[in-house]
Amino acid sequence: MSPESDRHLLINHKYKLKREKKIVFTWQIAILISFFAIWEIASRLYWIDPLLFSSPSKIVELLMNKFSDGSILPHVQVTVFETILGFLLGTIIGIIIATLLWSSNRLSKIMDPYLVIMNAMPKVALGPIIIVALGPGYISIIAMGAIISVVITTLVVYSGFKEVDPNYEKVLKSFGASRFQCFKEVIFPATLPTMISTLKVNVGLSWVGVIVGEFLVSKEGLGYLIVYGFQVFDFTLVMSSLIVIAVVAGIMYKIVEKIESWLIKHTG
Amino acid sequence: MSFLTLDHVSHHYFSRNNYTKALDNISFVVKDGEFIALLGPSGCGKSTILSIIAGILKQTTGEVLLEGKPINDSDLAIGYMLQQDYLFPWKTIKDNSLIGPKICHSKTPEVENEALKLLKEVGLANVADSYPNALSGGMRQRAALVRTLITDPKILLLDEPFSALDYQTKLKLEDLVSKLLRAYHKTAILVTHDIGEAISMSDRILLMNANPGSIAKIFEVPIELRNETPFLVRKHPKYQLLFDRIWEELNKNEINPEQAKGAANQDES
Ligand SMILES: Nc1ncnc2c1ncn2[C@@H]1O[C@H](COP(=O)(O)OP(=O)(O)OP(=O)(O)O)[C@@H](O)[C@H]1O
Ligand SMILES: [Mg+2]
Repeated sequence: MSPESDRHLLINHKYKLKREKKIVFTWQIAILISFFAIWEIASRLYWIDPLLFSSPSKIVELLMNKFSDGSILPHVQVTVFETILGFLLGTIIGIIIATLLWSSNRLSKIMDPYLVIMNAMPKVALGPIIIVALGPGYISIIAMGAIISVVITTLVVYSGFKEVDPNYEKVLKSFGASRFQCFKEVIFPATLPTMISTLKVNVGLSWVGVIVGEFLVSKEGLGYLIVYGFQVFDFTLVMSSLIVIAVVAGIMYKIVEKIESWLIKHTG
Repeated sequence: MSFLTLDHVSHHYFSRNNYTKALDNISFVVKDGEFIALLGPSGCGKSTILSIIAGILKQTTGEVLLEGKPINDSDLAIGYMLQQDYLFPWKTIKDNSLIGPKICHSKTPEVENEALKLLKEVGLANVADSYPNALSGGMRQRAALVRTLITDPKILLLDEPFSALDYQTKLKLEDLVSKLLRAYHKTAILVTHDIGEAISMSDRILLMNANPGSIAKIFEVPIELRNETPFLVRKHPKYQLLFDRIWEELNKNEINPEQAKGAANQDES
C-alpha cells in the first residue's frame, strides 16, 4: 500500500475517534442537564417536597451568596486541608508499616491476625474513641482521615513487596547485597506502581474519614455544614455542601491521577 | 591448584511436612581458569549447585571452598548469570550493568568507563541509555553478561544463559562468551541442557542424575576441541564422537532411573 493511502487511513481513524469523543461528551452533558432540570421541575411542581430536597435554583442562589461573601471558603479550606493531610499520613504510615513487616518475617507472622481484624473493622466506628483520645479538633479529624486508609495501604503494599520476583533479589545477593540494599534497589522500585495506585484509592477513603469526623465534632468544614443544615432544617445548605464536596473531591481525584501518571512516567 | 572445591555437598529443600533431597553427596574440584559444564535433566539440582556456590543458598551438609576458604568468608567476587537476564526494568542498560559496583560501593568513574567499554565490546554501546524493554532477548542477555563481568569475578556461574534465545543468537553469544572468558582468564561453570553447548564451550563435562541430584559421570573434552570457538567445535569430527558417548550415557540413565538410591522424597506440592 502506498504511503498516501496509509495516511488517509490514519486521518480516517482520527476522525472516527474524534466523533466518538464528541458523542460521549454530548451524552454526558445531556444527562447532567436533564438531572438538574428534572430536579428543578419536580421541586417546583411539588412532586418532591422542596423543603427536603431543595432545588437547583435555590442551591445556586445560596452558593452564589456564600461564595460572594466568602463565608463558605474557610469551610472548604479546612476540609481540603484535613483530607490532604489524612490522605498523606495514611499512605506514608501504611508504607512504613509494610516496610517494617517486610523487614522481619517473624514480625509479619505475629502481626497477621491483628492486621486481618483491623482491616475487617469499620474504621469510622473508632471515631468516638479517637475523639476521646486526641480531643475534639483538627487532630482527631485528620486521624480519622488517615486511619481509614492506613491498614489497607499496609496490606496492599506489603503483598506488593512479597510479589516481587525473588530472582531480582538473587541477582543482587550474588553481589553480596544486604537486605536493606535489596529493599532499596529492588523491592521499593518494583512496588512503586502499586504504591502509586493506592494513592487514588486512599484519597477517596480519606474523604469518608474526614467527613465522618466532621459529623462527630468540629465547628468548621463541609461535613459540619451538612450536620448544621440538617439540625436547623436547612436542606438547601445540606445539598449545597454535598455539591461542593462532589466538585472538590472530583478535582482532588483528578489531581492525584495527574500526579500518578507523572510519577509513573518519571520513575520508569 | 584447586580453585573451587565441593566436598560431599548435600542439599535438602524443606517444606511444611516433607523434604526434597535436591543434592546428594556432590564432590568435585574446579581448577583455576577451567571451564566446567554441568549437564543433566530438568530438576536434577543444577541451579541449586550454582546458588550454593554463589552463597545465596547454604548447603545442608558438606563443604564448599573457594581458594581454600568457605565461600561466605571469601571476598572474591562471584559472577552469577541467571537463566533469564533479570535486568531491572527501571534502570538504563548502563545503570543495570553498574549495579554490582553500586552494591559493593565501588562505583567510580573508572568503573563506569570500564562498563561502557564492555558494553561496546558486546555491541551495546548505542543502547547504553535505553531501558531493557527496548532490547531484544539476545541484547538483554549480553547486557546481563556485562553486569556479571564488571565486578571482575574470579568465577562465573552461568545458569542456562542461552536457553531462551533463538539458535543463531545462541551460537553468536556462545562465541562471544567463550572469547571473553578466555581473554580475561576466568574460571566458569556453565549449566546447560544442550549437549552441543556443553562440548563446545567447556573443558570438562559433569553429567548429573536426578532424584536425588548426583554426579553420574565426568567427561574430559579432547584438547583439540578446547581451543576452538564453539561454532567451529561443532564441525570437528571428535565433537560427534563425544556427543554420541554422552547421548548414550544420558539414555542409559533414563532407562534405568532406579539407579538413584536412597529416599528420594518428592515434594507433594
Ligand atoms: N525453593 C525450592 N523449594 C523446594 N524445592 C525446590 C526449590 N527449588 C528447587 N527445588 C527442588 O529441587 C530440585 C532441584 O532443583 P533445581 O532448580 O536445582 O533443578 P535444575 O537442575 O536447575 O532444573 P532445571 O534444569 O529445570 O532448571 C527439584 O526437584 C526441585 O523441585
Ligand atoms: Mg535450573
